[in-house]
Amino acid sequence: MSAELKILKQGAEAKLYICNYLGKPTLIKERFKKNYRHPDLDTSITKERIKNEARSIVRCKTAGVKTPALYLVDFERRRIYMEHFEHSITVKDFIINLKSTTNQGDMNTLDVYADLIGGTVRKMHENNIIHGDLTTSNMLLIEKDPSNIAENTKWLNHSNIELVIIDFGLSFIDTSVEDKGVDLYVLERALISTHNDYPNLFSRIFEAYKSYSKKNIKEIISKYEDVRARGRKRTMVG
Amino acid sequence: MVIAIGFEGSANKLGIGIVKDGEILSNCRRTYITPPGEGFLPRETAEHHQQNIHEVLQEALDQSGITPQEIDVVCYTKGPGMGAPLTVCAIVARTCALLWNKPILGVNHCIGHIEMGRLITKANNPTVLYVSGGNTQIIAYSRQRYRIFGETLDIAVGNCLDRFARVLKLSNAPSPGYNIEQMAKKGKKYLHLPYCVKGMDVSLSGILSYMEDRIDELLKDYTPEDLCYSLQETVFAMLVEITERAMAHCASDEVLIVGGVGCNERLQEMMGVMCSERGANIFATDERFCIDNGVMIAHAGALAHAAGTRMPLEHATVTQRYRTDDVLVTWRDD
Ligand SMILES: Nc1ncnc2c1ncn2[C@@H]1O[C@H](COP(=O)(O)OP(=O)(O)O)[C@@H](O)[C@H]1O
Ligand SMILES: [Mg+2]
Repeated sequence: MSAELKILKQGAEAKLYICNYLGKPTLIKERFKKNYRHPDLDTSITKERIKNEARSIVRCKTAGVKTPALYLVDFERRRIYMEHFEHSITVKDFIINLKSTTNQGDMNTLDVYADLIGGTVRKMHENNIIHGDLTTSNMLLIEKDPSNIAENTKWLNHSNIELVIIDFGLSFIDTSVEDKGVDLYVLERALISTHNDYPNLFSRIFEAYKSYSKKNIKEIISKYEDVRARGRKRTMVG
Repeated sequence: MVIAIGFEGSANKLGIGIVKDGEILSNCRRTYITPPGEGFLPRETAEHHQQNIHEVLQEALDQSGITPQEIDVVCYTKGPGMGAPLTVCAIVARTCALLWNKPILGVNHCIGHIEMGRLITKANNPTVLYVSGGNTQIIAYSRQRYRIFGETLDIAVGNCLDRFARVLKLSNAPSPGYNIEQMAKKGKKYLHLPYCVKGMDVSLSGILSYMEDRIDELLKDYTPEDLCYSLQETVFAMLVEITERAMAHCASDEVLIVGGVGCNERLQEMMGVMCSERGANIFATDERFCIDNGVMIAHAGALAHAAGTRMPLEHATVTQRYRTDDVLVTWRDD
């Protein structure tokens, strides 16, 4: 079978192949052996990541957070088989493409997606799923009903768009507010660096996060602010 | 053509260097070395710089073969760093600027490292891993700023290594990190240590306190060499991982390692293996340029000066906190 696999891309830690599994378009995420690190460390990290990813995908389903469906886990070959969204765009690419088409309507669409992201992250946190790597590379937009709209306008038609969260390798289950604060801080930093032309993006997402539910929100905000202050206070000598 | 002199003293190295359009004319340095088990403190470090700065300045001028009259701009480290040592260099730089009647320019230390690395290695638009005693950052350029994609959530990697060297009472000469590196080469037995990566960020305080808390027990089963080896393997794996994550996120195929920890050959080797596994290129420099030096401040200042950046004398102060992304990169327009 491996001879027929087509490589789609090399991600942050895995190689992604596409194939057809039981008649469905499938993506194989293979956490190949990293020769730069000690083999014992590599084995333990890889096992843990595969376990985390599979577990969180399942948990998201119960929580009502859309993720690729999980088809198969193969620890031996370090692979996860999952639903492949053939027609999708990462939120990162969506925002980068916005630049060329800036008009007010498109900005409203971005606000709609920011709200969606905030609500979705909150939903994960309510279910104690800490994503661990919240960046716009790990969020996909897909169509609810497949359309024939041209690629450059399709993703602006927000009433027909759904948000999918992917890449749960660094995720874990934890009830503490500290981890939620760190998760938000990681997201904020990724947005500031990647999408510096939209400086208000995080605050919009955070507002949606806060208003989605009130439970524990004060504690989470204050933890997030602690983590953030720690970063600002460091003097960085040398 | 720009000739620039640079004064660096943000931590325990005092460096003065002179550069002429990217050609290094001199690069002189003195390091304040503390006894084993001790770190450097601001007051003593400032005293060290004060006692050596005139001699280093003379040496840098002599080696360069130029006279102060030929200098176009006097550059110094504005921050980040320790207040008192920074101030020593700022005062001498201001004095020289007034004495020689030259413009002065405060330079961000981190930007100095990045631009020096780009100059030496000719890396064009790399993802930068900046690792030193006080810094651990993953940086990439976008729209006139060096943006921080990842960083440590608590202590810097150099600080983590230095503090572990102190636990083992290793010598601080030439640097604690260098001695850890040499010990690690003889380590054989790998100890599993806490591994903590959060997206493109890392946390290093957990691994240090884990080792500090049980050092006596650990030394029963592992040699100091094994512990140095295990520490390096673990923290460097974390750094390589977040660098790779940032590269995937930014679609980058170049890595540049800068900062004092960047001259660690094991780190360079691990990064090289990661790069070859994704068809990317690695760039690194040796201790002359990785470790804090004056020429990097001169070079970054010269770039800014040539692009028209100016600083009135009354703004030529120091600041302990000065983030890499605070600086407007006037000399790049890509
Ligand atoms: N189920 C999927 N359907 C479509 N594209 C996907 C899917 N999963 C991942 N991708 C694409 O592959 C990239 C890398 O996948 P990811 O799971 O994030 O791996 P890594 O941990 O290596 O970053 C994503 O950014 C996205 O572009
Ligand atoms: Mg990813």
